[in-house]
Amino acid sequence: MVNFKEDIRIGFYVCHCGHNIAAMVDCPEVAKYVATLPNVVLSRDYKYMCSDPGQELIQMDIREHKLNRVVVASCSPLLHEHTFRSATEAGGLNPFFFHMVNIREHNSWVHTDRKEATEKAKGLSQAAVMRVAKHKSLDVKRVPVNPEALVVGGGIAGITAAMALAKAGKKVYLVEREPSIGGHMAKFDKTFPTLDCAACILTPKMSEVGSHPNITLWSYSEVTKVDGYVGNYTVQVKRKARYIDEDLCTGCQDCITQCVFKEPKFEDLFNEGLGKRKPVYIPFPQATPQIVLIDPEVCLNFKRGIKPGQEPVVSDKCKKTCVEACGEKNAIDFTQKDELEEIKVGTIIVATGFKTFEAERLPQYGYGIYPNVYTALEVERLVNASGPTGGDVILRDGKEPKSIGIIHCVGSRDKKTHVWCSRVCCMYSLKLAHLLKEHTGAEIYNFYIDMRTPGKGYEEFYNQLLDEGNHFIRGRVGEVTDWAVTKEEEGKLVIRVEDTLAGVVRRIPVDMVVLATGLEPQKDAQDVRRLFNMSCGSEGFFLERHPKLAPVNTFNDGVYIAGCCQGPRDIPDTVAQAGAAAAEALALIDTGYVEQEPNTAYILADCCGCKSCIPLCPYTAITYDETTLKAVINEALCKGCGTCVGSCPSGSIVQNLFEDDEIFSEIEGVLAFK
Amino acid sequence: MSKPKVAFYWCASCGGCEETVVDLAEDILGVVEKVDIVLWPVAMDFKYKDIESMPDRSIVATLLNGAIRTSEQEEMAVLLRRKSQYLIAYGACAHLGGIPALANQFSREQILKFNYEDCPGMVNERKTRPQLHFEENGCSPHLPEFRNVVRTLDQVVDVDFYIPGCPPTPNLTKAAFDALLSGKLPPKGSVLAPDSALCDECDRKKTKPSDIAFLEFKRPHQALFDPEKCFLAQGVVCMGPATRSGCGAVCTSGNMPCTGCFGPTSRVRDQGAKILSSLCANIGPRDEEGINKVLEGIPDPVGTFYRYGLAKSLLRRKVNLPTSGNGH
Amino acid sequence: MTDPSKSPNGGWTPRIVAFFCNWCTYTAADLAGVSRLKYSSNIRVIRLMCSGRVDPQFILDAFSRGADGVLIGGCHPNDCHYVEGNYKMLRRFQLLKRMLADLGIEEQRLRLEWISAAEGEKVKRVVNEMTTQIKALGPLGMPEKFRDWDQEVIELAHHVEKSGAAACCCGSAAAPKDSKAEVAHV
Repeated sequence: MVNFKEDIRIGFYVCHCGHNIAAMVDCPEVAKYVATLPNVVLSRDYKYMCSDPGQELIQMDIREHKLNRVVVASCSPLLHEHTFRSATEAGGLNPFFFHMVNIREHNSWVHTDRKEATEKAKGLSQAAVMRVAKHKSLDVKRVPVNPEALVVGGGIAGITAAMALAKAGKKVYLVEREPSIGGHMAKFDKTFPTLDCAACILTPKMSEVGSHPNITLWSYSEVTKVDGYVGNYTVQVKRKARYIDEDLCTGCQDCITQCVFKEPKFEDLFNEGLGKRKPVYIPFPQATPQIVLIDPEVCLNFKRGIKPGQEPVVSDKCKKTCVEACGEKNAIDFTQKDELEEIKVGTIIVATGFKTFEAERLPQYGYGIYPNVYTALEVERLVNASGPTGGDVILRDGKEPKSIGIIHCVGSRDKKTHVWCSRVCCMYSLKLAHLLKEHTGAEIYNFYIDMRTPGKGYEEFYNQLLDEGNHFIRGRVGEVTDWAVTKEEEGKLVIRVEDTLAGVVRRIPVDMVVLATGLEPQKDAQDVRRLFNMSCGSEGFFLERHPKLAPVNTFNDGVYIAGCCQGPRDIPDTVAQAGAAAAEALALIDTGYVEQEPNTAYILADCCGCKSCIPLCPYTAITYDETTLKAVINEALCKGCGTCVGSCPSGSIVQNLFEDDEIFSEIEGVLAFK
Repeated sequence: MSKPKVAFYWCASCGGCEETVVDLAEDILGVVEKVDIVLWPVAMDFKYKDIESMPDRSIVATLLNGAIRTSEQEEMAVLLRRKSQYLIAYGACAHLGGIPALANQFSREQILKFNYEDCPGMVNERKTRPQLHFEENGCSPHLPEFRNVVRTLDQVVDVDFYIPGCPPTPNLTKAAFDALLSGKLPPKGSVLAPDSALCDECDRKKTKPSDIAFLEFKRPHQALFDPEKCFLAQGVVCMGPATRSGCGAVCTSGNMPCTGCFGPTSRVRDQGAKILSSLCANIGPRDEEGINKVLEGIPDPVGTFYRYGLAKSLLRRKVNLPTSGNGH
Repeated sequence: MTDPSKSPNGGWTPRIVAFFCNWCTYTAADLAGVSRLKYSSNIRVIRLMCSGRVDPQFILDAFSRGADGVLIGGCHPNDCHYVEGNYKMLRRFQLLKRMLADLGIEEQRLRLEWISAAEGEKVKRVVNEMTTQIKALGPLGMPEKFRDWDQEVIELAHHVEKSGAAACCCGSAAAPKDSKAEVAHV
């Protein structure tokens, strides 16, 4: 370790990053300038500092030139700080005698004047050189990683991730908000482009999850609180009352048959409201876990008129034929309450999925106005053999359609709604076109802006649909109306569209309209993001740490994302991404420890004990020592925000890596410019 | 062997610092016994020439109080610096600028105009202002120039030590003399007082809660204060946490909050910025409107946080005032 | 060596010191880079872990060392990586901007912005806006001001040293402006 009294000997390196930096910053000029600054004994420019030779150069120079400080001006420290710290350490120095200057993301890539960019690079480099002189030797603390993992969301992404972890021998908690896992995929009939039956490929996976000894499946549950840090999270899960004892229910469903409601009469959300269910129900035949639940809002044994958010009150007015039916199993418990469970995990995979665009938002398409306008998800249920119609395409007016129009890009690629392409709609529209034709033999019209079919076998599927005699009309549909102009339009829905290939405005009368609604973030994505301390992109999907290099990582170490919560994608991509997220979590778990950035704060003996800092700490890391009458920081709890440091009125708190003197030097440096 | 020579001088100050020297009471006799006082305008008559004719560095220590506002004060500071081995900034004004430095919020013209024209009670129909030179009865006296800026002593000359306070307390003064006479001096530039903040020695500290969240700020005249309870806990701005200790918490013992005369600790560059940071961070509301409502209780942040330290603050002065030009 | 207050292309151009929190705004600035957005080069970013770490001393120090503007970037309300460091900064900012106004520093010179990791575009907009506003205000120029303020002291010190402190204390001062020769005490 370097003795403080020793002379400061700084080595400075400016990276060309090929042309990425060198095209806008005169790197040799920067190196020449920095060479003139105090304490700098060596100043170089080099093509790729992050390359092996670049890192070796640092190590060699440390030994040969007795450097005791290193500064690299290259890309963002969020990308390569670790690389260069390691090189500094390999050269025999404490890794924290390194400082990094961002002259790519913050300079060469965002400026257009080479002279200005070069001057800026000099200023930033000077700041780093002045700052690094004040750096101190610090130790990295290793914290063990709890090997248990949490997967949030039980769609195909969550299922895949949980299985991958469980197969690797890790204990996994899978928390799903709905009564059953399966997510959106469980609602689909077939999957494109191979037309595999969704249930046939998903159901085995669901039951595998349900029965795997390493997986604790908590459905009808929600994460309500997350504390801690990478490797050591404490998570609170609300297990919502099903009014059924999960351990006692065998899934026989006798209670459903025997319910006092002879016929199902309540909206069945799994079937997109197209079917009905009873107050005691199981969402769909293959539901996992195979456990029923009771909806207290409609069950006769609960009081009516309970406001949302209030706890249901048992009225005890029902004959409770369900309890009779359950008999000795005795699984029904009307007094059940929501329960909070606390679990400790080291890693978290968030796979909370998406919601579909609300078609009502585009009234010109008539959804909710004309009964025969459907969303694509409704059609998925309609063509599904286990759906509300048993797979028969019967319209809301009881007829079978002879002609169907499928409108693409509803709520996608539109500045008025969502600008993004939802990626799956073209393909699922083709799939539904195929299925609808198969089921009904109707004429099918697809109205598209562009056909987007990138993916293995996708273009081939499109060609197949063309061969099957489906109609494809390029143009964004203007409106869907029941206003008939000609006799043949009477009693039909008329789709008005500008056919941009033919250059004419068309009116196409159909019996059924399918809206290919896009994908958007879950309604509570912002709350979930806060819960897990993640970020959202401007469109509201969870933000990955790096779009290319860290697509499943988030800015919160130990929290990963998979599936459509990160952005629209199809099933193959979702499964692949879920695997990647599981691999990242496994890497962390099997490493066994995390190294914590030593940027924690500590309190000097000169503290006067004014207690001003104590309420400022969000982690209650600061306490008042009644014997010394001074404040103390519990290093294990400190996360290194530095808020107490910036607020200490007598300057008696120091933040490692961000000491006042280090920052003041940096300020002086960026403003020195010469 | 001759006794060490000591000088006292005053610049822009109220005279309170001189009082402290007298407040040494019997101890002053001990001091006087051990030293030769070669300059002490408040008590004894010495001429400028006497000092000028002394050999350089022949005074062991000069304790200079008051801020530097006029050219004459500057000149004396330069002269005494040359004649002294140790130049000690004595008291808040020499140390930090003190109350006179609050004038750094105004231009020379604003100050002269107010004092010689607009001030209630001023009768000066011809709007006469002091002149640097004038002729009278065949003499041509000069008057010192009133500077643009109030300065601390160390903004004019090199200073060896600082004794803080408005005024410094007798115990600190005596301790400084003892250190000086025994030669046990700390590193140059030190403030001769403890380096922790006032709460360290304030009896009210034990009553301060550790979950403070300010919902309002009251000024000292707006309430009657609990004589035991921490002022901050009573919603009164107390500069104690941002102010060096060593006074013995005399103000808070007298049921008045600390106003910051000892200046910041050695770890702080700007006392006002630091107390602002601490007080604001601990405000209860989170929305701008709520925050600003609480902050209405601090109508004059400069006067509150820089009562003694404006000249020594990072900005030193209201920044958009005329920087040069003769206001006379 | 270039004059700090001059851009390489000649003429004054503002210098803006920015304190960006690691998690949101610094990352947003990285995103602006990755997205190759173009904005004015007047900004110099200093990375802190949280906007709550921004000590008002840093802001005053930046001004006193020649910054024409100071920009603080933090996470949006409720989004702070450290729960509520950004609120601590907001509260300081509210009083600090008032105090700076009392000290003659225009409001536009200090700006607090919430910029999330996804808002590279906002980094561009805010930096460009601030640069334009400060260009219109002109330089703050504290180091030059300090030099200017202290010119009177330096002159006198030279004079005293040279003359061996002759009795005249303001020989270099300007002659009386008007003919009113009456004396009033200072």
